[in-house]
Amino acid sequence: MASQTAHQEGQQHPIKLYLWVWGWLFVLSTCSYLVDYFGLQGMLRWTLILLFMVVKAGLIVAVFMHMAWERLALVYAILIPPGAVLLFVTIMAFESDYTHVTRSTFFAAAESSAHGAPAHTEPAAAHSSAAEN
Amino acid sequence: MDAIYKHAARTTSAEKVIESALPQTLEVHAQPGGWQGFAADWASDQRAFKSALWGKAMIWIFLLSDTFIFSCFLLSYMTVRMSTTVPWPNPSKVFSLTINGVETPLLLIAIMTMILISSSGTMAMAVNFGYRRDRKTTTYLILATAAFGASFVGMQAFEWTKLILEGVRPWGNPWGAPQFGACFFMITGFHGTHVSIGVIFLLNIARKVWRGDLDRQQRGFFTSRKGNYEIVETLGLYWHFVDLVWVFIFALFYLW
Repeated sequence: MASQTAHQEGQQHPIKLYLWVWGWLFVLSTCSYLVDYFGLQGMLRWTLILLFMVVKAGLIVAVFMHMAWERLALVYAILIPPGAVLLFVTIMAFESDYTHVTRSTFFAAAESSAHGAPAHTEPAAAHSSAAEN
Repeated sequence: MDAIYKHAARTTSAEKVIESALPQTLEVHAQPGGWQGFAADWASDQRAFKSALWGKAMIWIFLLSDTFIFSCFLLSYMTVRMSTTVPWPNPSKVFSLTINGVETPLLLIAIMTMILISSSGTMAMAVNFGYRRDRKTTTYLILATAAFGASFVGMQAFEWTKLILEGVRPWGNPWGAPQFGACFFMITGFHGTHVSIGVIFLLNIARKVWRGDLDRQQRGFFTSRKGNYEIVETLGLYWHFVDLVWVFIFALFYLW
């Protein structure tokens, strides 16, 4: 009974697999650091950062956290709900875009109407200089 | 000491009830796999997670809730960064380190990333050696993980000190959008708290493994549950999650 329990008890995988994943995590982290080091910008930068991020996260969850060997009942229960976060991200991206447009319009109008009235200036220097944009 | 052992040897009726309700063995043999298995596991009027003992199922559900918390922090960060009309401070410059007159971007953060990945590697192997009943190697690997974790927190303290001395506050900073400080302190602070709590648990479990509590099925001081090498894996899941969160913070906050 005891030996049977021990046999079934936990995940058993060769150490080599963990070392292999560990090595890849180092490589991928170095790659994402180099994206910043070489100052890549724009679409290329964001694509690379997100790609390295997703691959690293996938390796950690699948191998280190043993998700690859769990039954689908557990895998889906844990991995599907965070999908709702992506929907939330989309909603908030629209929302913040709208806020940005509103602020740009409103701050620009406030700036131009304040030309004759210096008393209206914002206390923080950073604010007033940015509102000109 | 003796009193603890005496207490441990006694099984109360409440403990018996708990143990019969929470089985200690897996039911993976002769179960269908794939989609059929998924439907069968959830449709069966019994435990749904047949490949996981209750401890593993519960830590995963905890981690799922923690995922939502960190998601909300990162989402708020995205929202304030996208909606501000003030330029966002350049993290590459803010977190650069000058050594011998050479300014290297994000150097400390890169080192912290490598340290956390290393700690994840040692933790994964600790879980493996735990299931092999290799008490000594498991203890050393957990202690190595704890040491990596503690050095990570130390570097974070250094980073916070540096930024606070440079004038970063939750309500403003010298370089641009005032929300930068709020996001930085909230996100890295919450993550650092997770690492610190993890280190405390690592040391606690390392002690249990070293003393042989898990081999003797010694009852825990706090939960009164029998010692089991599964708790090393449960701890490992928490620790890997902390590393996982850092992957997202590194990409979305420091590199973006």
